[in-house]
Parts: sequence; C-alpha cells; structure tokens
Amino acid sequence: MRPLTPSGSLSDVCGKAESVRNSNLNSLSDQIVADIYGNAELITKQVLSKKKTHQKGLDQRLDDLVTSKWFGYPLMLLMLVIVFWITMEGANFPSRLIASGLFTFQDQLTLWFQWAGTPAWIHGILVLGVYRTLAWVVSVMLPPMAIFFPMFTLLEDSGYLPRIAFNMDHIFKKAKACGKQSLTMCMGFGCNAVGVTSCRIIDSPRERLIAILTNSFVPCNGRFPTLIIVTSIFIGGTFVPYSGFVTAFVISGLILSGIAVTLLVSRVLSVTILKGEPSSLVLELPSYRRPQIGAVIYRSMIDRTIFVLRRAVLAAAPAGAVIWILANTYLGQQSIIVSLAQALNPIGQLIGLDGFILLAFILGLPANEIVLPILLMSYLSTGYLQDLGSLDGLRNVLVNNGWTWLTAINVMLFSLFHWPCATTLLTTYKETGSKKWMFLSFIIPTIIGISVCFILTQVVRSLGLV
Amino acid sequence: MILSAEKKKSRKDHIGLSEAKNQFSIALAGNPNVGKSTIFNALTGLHQHTGNWPGKTVDNAQGDFQYRQKSFIIIDLPGTYSLLAHTVEEQIARDFLCFANPDVTVVVLDATCLERNLNLALQVFEITPKVIVCLNLMDEAQKKDLVIDLPSLEHELGVPVIATSARQGEGLKELREKIYQVATGSLQTRPRQIVYSSDVEEAVRDLLPHVETIANNPLSPRWIALRLLDGDGSFLDSLSNYLSIDRDLSPGWEESKCAH
Repeated sequence: MRPLTPSGSLSDVCGKAESVRNSNLNSLSDQIVADIYGNAELITKQVLSKKKTHQKGLDQRLDDLVTSKWFGYPLMLLMLVIVFWITMEGANFPSRLIASGLFTFQDQLTLWFQWAGTPAWIHGILVLGVYRTLAWVVSVMLPPMAIFFPMFTLLEDSGYLPRIAFNMDHIFKKAKACGKQSLTMCMGFGCNAVGVTSCRIIDSPRERLIAILTNSFVPCNGRFPTLIIVTSIFIGGTFVPYSGFVTAFVISGLILSGIAVTLLVSRVLSVTILKGEPSSLVLELPSYRRPQIGAVIYRSMIDRTIFVLRRAVLAAAPAGAVIWILANTYLGQQSIIVSLAQALNPIGQLIGLDGFILLAFILGLPANEIVLPILLMSYLSTGYLQDLGSLDGLRNVLVNNGWTWLTAINVMLFSLFHWPCATTLLTTYKETGSKKWMFLSFIIPTIIGISVCFILTQVVRSLGLV
Repeated sequence: MILSAEKKKSRKDHIGLSEAKNQFSIALAGNPNVGKSTIFNALTGLHQHTGNWPGKTVDNAQGDFQYRQKSFIIIDLPGTYSLLAHTVEEQIARDFLCFANPDVTVVVLDATCLERNLNLALQVFEITPKVIVCLNLMDEAQKKDLVIDLPSLEHELGVPVIATSARQGEGLKELREKIYQVATGSLQTRPRQIVYSSDVEEAVRDLLPHVETIANNPLSPRWIALRLLDGDGSFLDSLSNYLSIDRDLSPGWEESKCAH
C-alpha cells in the first residue's frame, strides 16, 4: 500500500523507529557498532598472520625518539632552523640572478618603448609600474618559496607532521585548543587561505573557530620572503661570516613568537567568546614512508612557481600600475602617494614605521606578496634610484629613507601580526559563514601588531637605544 | 553556523556529480591516509596533492580516465573511519555513496591495519553491492612481516580484492581491469552482509514493513532501518532532502548526531 503523501510516510516511520528504539533496553546503535567491529575482527583473524615474533620495529623506535619528552622539542627546533638556513643560503644566488636578468630586460624594454615612440605615461604604467613590480615579486618571492616548499613537502610526505601535532598537543591543551591546530598552522605556511580551509580536520566547532581566527599568525608564502629579506639586510648582514645562521635563528625566533601569540590568543578566546574545554586529540600516527624525493621536489617546485606567478600576475601587476599612477599624479605640489604617506605618517611613526610602510601594508591587502615591492616602488618614486640587483642596493634604498634596525624589527613584527590578506578573509567568511568571525580574524591580529610595535618602539626610544 | 555553509556546499558538489553520458562513475573510499589520493593520481594521471597525514583531502576531487574504450570518472572521497556520520567528512562520503549512486565503489584499505580498515568496508557493503576492495600499502605490510591470505579474504568479503602498492605503481593494472569488469557487469559481486545480534535483527524486522512504504526510495530498506535504529538524525536530513520531502522533527529525536 502506498501512502498518499510521501512526507507522511517518512515521519511515520521515524515515529515507529523511535518507539522501537525506546522499547529496547540496550542501546541499539552501540550494538550495531559492536557487531560491525566483531565481524571485522573475525575476518582479520582468519586471513592475517605474522611471519615471526616481531621485535620493536624501526617506526616504533623512531617514534619513541621523535615524540620523546626530552628530544621532541629540540628536534623540532633544529628542523625549523635547518630548513630556514637552507632556504636562506639557497635563495640568495638565484634571487640575484633573476633580479639582474629581469632588470636588464627592463632597460631593454625601455629602449623598445622609446624606439616605438610610445608616450611617457604608457611606458611609465607598463614598464615602471607593472613590469617592475612583477620583476620584484618574481625575483624576491620565488626563490625562497621554490626552496622552502620542497623541503616542507618532504617532511610532510615522510610522516613527520602528525608527530609535530602529537608533540604540540599538550601545549595546545593548555591553551584549551586542539592539537590538530598545529597541522593547520603548518598548512598556513603555504597560504593562510589553505590553512583556514584545512581547519575542517578539527571536529569541534569551537576549536575550529579558534584555529581559523589564529591562522594568520603563521607567516604565509607571501610574508615569508619579506621576513627573510629584511632580516638578511639588517641583522644577518652585521654578522658577516655567519649571516646565514643568524638569519635562520632570527626567522625561527619570529616563527616561535607567532606560535606563542597563537597559543595566547587561543587561550584568551577559550575563556572569553569561545568558552569551552579542549576535546581530546585522536590522531593516527601514520607509518614513516620514504618520500619519493625526486618527484616531490620537482612537483612542489613547479606548484610553488605556478602559485607565485599566478598571484604575481593577479595582484602585483594591477597594484604596480596603481602605484605608478598614484606616484605620478600630482595634486598641487605633491604626488598622491606622498600625500597619502604623509597623512599616515603620524600613526606610522608612533609604532616605529613610517607612512610609506603603513601605506604599503594597506595596499597589500589583496596579497601580502606585494607589500615589499609596493614599498620599494613608492620609495623609489621619491627620487632614489639605485642598483637593485643586490641586497646592498636594497639596503641603501631603505636606509636613505630613514630605516634603522628598529624599523626593520617593527616591519617584521607588523608583517607577522597584521590583517590577513583578502583571500584569507574571504575564505574565513566562506568557512564560518559569518561576517562576525571574518571581522574578528581581521581585527585581532591588527590590534596585536599595533600594540606590539607601539610598545617596542616606545620602550626602545625612551631608553635612547636608537 | 559552520555546518550550514558547508552542508549547502556539500550537497551541491557531491550530489551534482558532473558525469557525462556513457561514463562510469567510480568512488574511492577509505580511511584517512591509506593512499586514496595516490591511487587517484595513478589512475587519472592528475596531481592531486598527497601527504602523509590523515585529513589531507578535505574536498572531493574528480578526474577521469579511459580504459578499453570506456570512459570513467573517478571521485576521491575524504578519508573516513566509518560512515556512521559523526563528522562532516563522514557525512559527505556517506551521502555520496547513498545518493550519487556510483557505478563502482573502490574501498582502499591499509594492509598494515587491516582490522580497523575492514570496519569501513563492511559498512560500504551494506550500501552498495558493486564494490572492489583495494588492499594498498602492501609494501609496508611486507616490511612489517604481515602475511595476508588474499584468496580467503576475497572469499570472506565476497568482492574482488586487489593488492596494490600504489606509490610503486604495483597492482594498478589489475585494479583498472577489475573496475572495468565490475562497472560493465561482467563480474558480479556479492559483498558480505553483516548479520547483527538478535536484538538488532528483531528491531529491523519490526521496522522493515514501515520503511518499505517510503515512496521513491533509492536505498536498501534494511540499511535505512538500521540508520533509523541508530537514531542518526543527519541521515534523515539527507534522505528527506533527497526525496524532497520535509520531515517534522518529533521531540526527542536527535537533531543531528554530528558533533556540531
């Protein structure tokens, strides 16, 4: 017999099911699960055997070491420093090579434009604006990323990442967050938007929100090279023979301070707007596998190159054009960019930056990759033209614009703690489905960045260290 | 809040499978980190990201391949330990298997943790008969001195069992062939059905006549009965959504079993 309306039938059946469930003393759902497990056990017994009594396997011994109380953390730190050191040393040479190649080509482009008799403003927008910014992004951003990510992927492929999560779990517990958050932070190195998406692996919605809101404390792909360059110029450069190591240590320190702030903010969120207790971490530690080294390196280099180039074309090219126009359109005596920078300067100075730097961070909202190129473009538009193929040239540009070591540190701190890029904000909106969380993910890091830079600057200045 | 956005997306993506005419659809299911994405890449020649940690694939990936002049579309489902829908991933995987109706489901098992992996296979068997079991990471199992009696496993499960080491590319040829055979119907499968304890079986018997009255139901009535006995609210949502009927939530019924 068919019912007249299907909707009637389903709710009838539900009602019936409920009465059957209630009439059973034992929980039927537990029984169902138990029966499934029983079957699996039965089958396994029949088909599985072990060749010999197995002594503690290599995996087990490795895990005892990697996740041990005394050795676990030092090993993680060591890995961090080594990875950055290799990145720094390795990126130097290709960076210079690409820069000198691309900037030589820029001169050639200029000659062609002159030969074709194009108006100066077209040459300005296309060559001095779009091309130069693209050249910056590619030469500065690409090499470190093309070296860092293959190494990271090797760690990921070997099975080390879940061990990090396992090691970090009890610290995250103390912050009342989930240990899997460290996996989402690892993903954030690649791109905070990807990091935010990967927060789906966290089951509890409360802990997932915490992980989403704090993801941008991990420096992404776009901010990393900024940190590396500023460190190399202002800190590493002063310890000449060991500059690589010193830079690696400073960067690792910055990452650690990012982690510390992540934990702190997670804890604060857990006792304020996202109240709750941490759930226990259930994470399978997979077997270690030997990564397919050649394939991994090749693949992740190609992937990163495509990623960086795509972002460069989508964000840096239009930004370059806009900056050039802003720098070359005059309102009265001053170009727009100088007026804007002057307007921002008082706030910038208060937190140890300047108006141009703050402007670059604001204009860098579409993508963090373009912050440093925008900054250089706007400094250069005010007159200093230097040899840009080398770090020394870069250093001169910055020093001529009043940078001190304090400015450098503040730029790095602000780069680590400021609003996430537009893509990450949109992803946060998509993942949480709420403008409120998106706004919080914008405002929390911003407030932290401004406060940290403000306090540091005021302390250093009042002590007369600068 | 999180769920509502994700739920909408999952329905759109996962039921709206973009298969062409005359194309067989293949679902890849399995526990997290058993190498589904590696198998997916090997079959399709695509480069879906892989990584050695559970949870790498959070969305379904699709790709296609040709074999013996037939076209196959293959869907890499997120890794799940079960289909009893305690997490969003489980719900996505379960809804896909139930409502997208793939022509073949390949359950990928980690040969080094057979018992735990079999739980998922047994649950898949209850939803669809066209299943192939792919016993992956055989190289790892060998390193751990584990010996698995393949013929008797095949006999116990009632479906083809293919041993693979996907990272080395071993066993994939045979997997392709078996997918072809099961999809075209030249190989019949009779997956093992769990016989539950008497309490459960009795309750199912009571409920079956009622379940059979549901119109346009695409699923096995026995399976629906079992989920009803589970008190799985999220499944009822999916089912009524599929049948486009509204269900009055009676008080006392769990809104959703998911941890949201």
